Amino acid sequence: MIVYKVLYNKQLNKDSWEMEIKAPLVVKNCMPGQFVILMAKEDSERIPLTIYDFDRKKGLLKVIYQVIGGSTEELTYVKDEIFSVSGPLGNANEICADPKKYLGKRICYIAGGVGIAPVYPQVKYLKENGIDCDVIYGARNVELLLIRDECEKIVNKISYATDDGSYGTKGFVTDILKERINDYDIVVAIGPVIMMKNVVALTKKFGIDTIVSMNPLMVDGSGMCGACRCEVDGKPRFACIHGPEFDGFKVDFDLALKRMKIYHEEEAEKWEMMKKKLSKEKR
Amino acid sequence: MNDKKVKGKIQSPEDRVTNYKEVELGYTPKQAIEEASRCLHCANPRCVQGCPVSIAIPEFIKAIKEDNLKKAYQIITESSSLPAVCGRVCPQEKQCESLCIKGLRGESISIGSLERYVADQAIINNFSSAKPKTKNGKRVAIVGSGPAGLTCAGDLAKAGFSVDVYEILHKAGGVLTYGIPEFRLPKSIVEKEVNSLKKLGVKIYTDVPIGNALSLNELSEDYDAVFLGTGAGLPKFMGIKGEDANEVFSANEILTRINLMGGFKKDAKTPIKKGKKAYVIGGGNVAMDAVRSLKRLGIDAHLMYRRSEEELPARKMEVEHAKEEGIKFDLLTNPVEILVDENNSVIGMKVVDMMLGEIGEDGRRSVIEKPKSLHEVKCDMVVMALGTSPNHGALKNSKIKLTDRGLIDVNNTKTNLKNVYAGGDAVTGAATVILAMEAGKKAAKEIMEDIL
Repeated sequence: MIVYKVLYNKQLNKDSWEMEIKAPLVVKNCMPGQFVILMAKEDSERIPLTIYDFDRKKGLLKVIYQVIGGSTEELTYVKDEIFSVSGPLGNANEICADPKKYLGKRICYIAGGVGIAPVYPQVKYLKENGIDCDVIYGARNVELLLIRDECEKIVNKISYATDDGSYGTKGFVTDILKERINDYDIVVAIGPVIMMKNVVALTKKFGIDTIVSMNPLMVDGSGMCGACRCEVDGKPRFACIHGPEFDGFKVDFDLALKRMKIYHEEEAEKWEMMKKKLSKEKR
Repeated sequence: MNDKKVKGKIQSPEDRVTNYKEVELGYTPKQAIEEASRCLHCANPRCVQGCPVSIAIPEFIKAIKEDNLKKAYQIITESSSLPAVCGRVCPQEKQCESLCIKGLRGESISIGSLERYVADQAIINNFSSAKPKTKNGKRVAIVGSGPAGLTCAGDLAKAGFSVDVYEILHKAGGVLTYGIPEFRLPKSIVEKEVNSLKKLGVKIYTDVPIGNALSLNELSEDYDAVFLGTGAGLPKFMGIKGEDANEVFSANEILTRINLMGGFKKDAKTPIKKGKKAYVIGGGNVAMDAVRSLKRLGIDAHLMYRRSEEELPARKMEVEHAKEEGIKFDLLTNPVEILVDENNSVIGMKVVDMMLGEIGEDGRRSVIEKPKSLHEVKCDMVVMALGTSPNHGALKNSKIKLTDRGLIDVNNTKTNLKNVYAGGDAVTGAATVILAMEAGKKAAKEIMEDIL
């Protein structure tokens, strides 16, 4: 049994949190684009989260998560130690896996909400490997824009879009992308499924290669259960072992949206149950 | 009267469909001695030939008869690292018991039940298994903590090796933990068997995906030998229309949610879908496990299989238990499409009737569609239990050789890579717990021969 010390678990905004965990074996060979599965306690649900940041020398891993149900709420109560950190799982982002191949390419990253967490390590890694990427980052309002200072340290050009105009451009990430669509050779979009769908609808029109990162329901994360299957190029692919990143032109986003609702009722019930349980605990 | 097996206590079907507790409750001491006394102690015991790990069966049965359970346990553990598991899930009727001379006239000795009895008593009374030899300074890494890996680990530890087992999930046991349900193999039993390996000095590292966290190359450089017991975890689907519907699950998903994540408990944190009427497609042990698990959730649980009852690959006993529990068998039927509503939710299936044909090259009756038999059935959940294939995540970026069928290619248990061995489902394709254990045993032996 490996013991995972939690260095901090802090609230970033209304429903987003950041946790830093000592997990040397997880970060020894991890790459941007891969994910981990966390379990708060021995009886907890397994929560897949894409890696946000890592320090191989110190053996440290950072994740950002959004409270969307009972199990992510339980994560906010983690302190000192966390029961399980399995990973790294899935595949590295294909640009990060072979940056030399992409030298000179004009790459734009598009993040939505907590989707900035998986975007950050990719942009950082590519910068270290001689590729400067632009970032377009959107959220509903300024409150929900995360890790802005961290991003601005590593990004040449970062533009913001908020639905209500409380920061940056009023509108969607696609509104910004549309205006500079001819500036890019490759787009990487990570965020809500609907955002990735809209980005792809635009880039496809202009024939700009687009990578997306899928975040379906998942149980084991090791290719065993098939809960995370997505339709890619008309074939079922498992996000955990074949992804999580796929060619955006080939993903069936409408199906992905429907499949996210499989456990909607059960999840609502569990959240109620969890709230009662957690009300007795201290953060 | 000595022709019949002594029957152990069993939970009634009415009771057991309301809980996940073990169906068979095992022998009392009196019953065990009575059953042991039926053994003829053949000079040339055929049962041993039927045991993949060659347990000295007549000897341990004799020890039971003499009420020396410590000795019986020592004898079994010389050959088997997981007796409480094997006593429960081995297909004894096809192995040791099928060759028992008593079976020629009457019923064979209930070897499985006796093995389980000894193992359970050993757990209760904390007997120690065969003592490990002094450390030999050699280190072996084992990838996967299922039956192959645990057996290999146990044998090597007993022989004085330092053994590190890497498991991708948060609990050790592989299919014993995530797959086989509590009512057939209580998880407390698996934990105790794993703990007895830890007592032998085996270290188990959970949460570690070999191939990503550490590469196979790194392991083979760091250790004197590596054993791959990565199993066959990748679920198969049919490839029919509608299979991506929301309530179409793999049996692995259902079983993992229930067994590994404790989804059957009321206060479980991991949800499980509770449909009204479910079809489990398939006829093997995994299909039986899935359909019986669903029944216990209060779902109207059906099993759909394209051949007839005689061809069901599952153990006879499991089929009997399923029937007693009220599982409905829709035999000689096969789905061709899953019907969904506008939300992608399952509302039924289009199915066809099947007919058996000639015996094919694989020794099984072929099966053909009955003309004009297409009809619809209603349901709100479908579970695919069509078998699994190996998932070679652990082999990422290695130069290991695979067969045409995508299995790890071995010579006995040696792969093409220096000091890397493999066995179990990753080499054979999905098979049984005991065959994986046999492979783990063979690999341990070969590793000893090669590096000592």
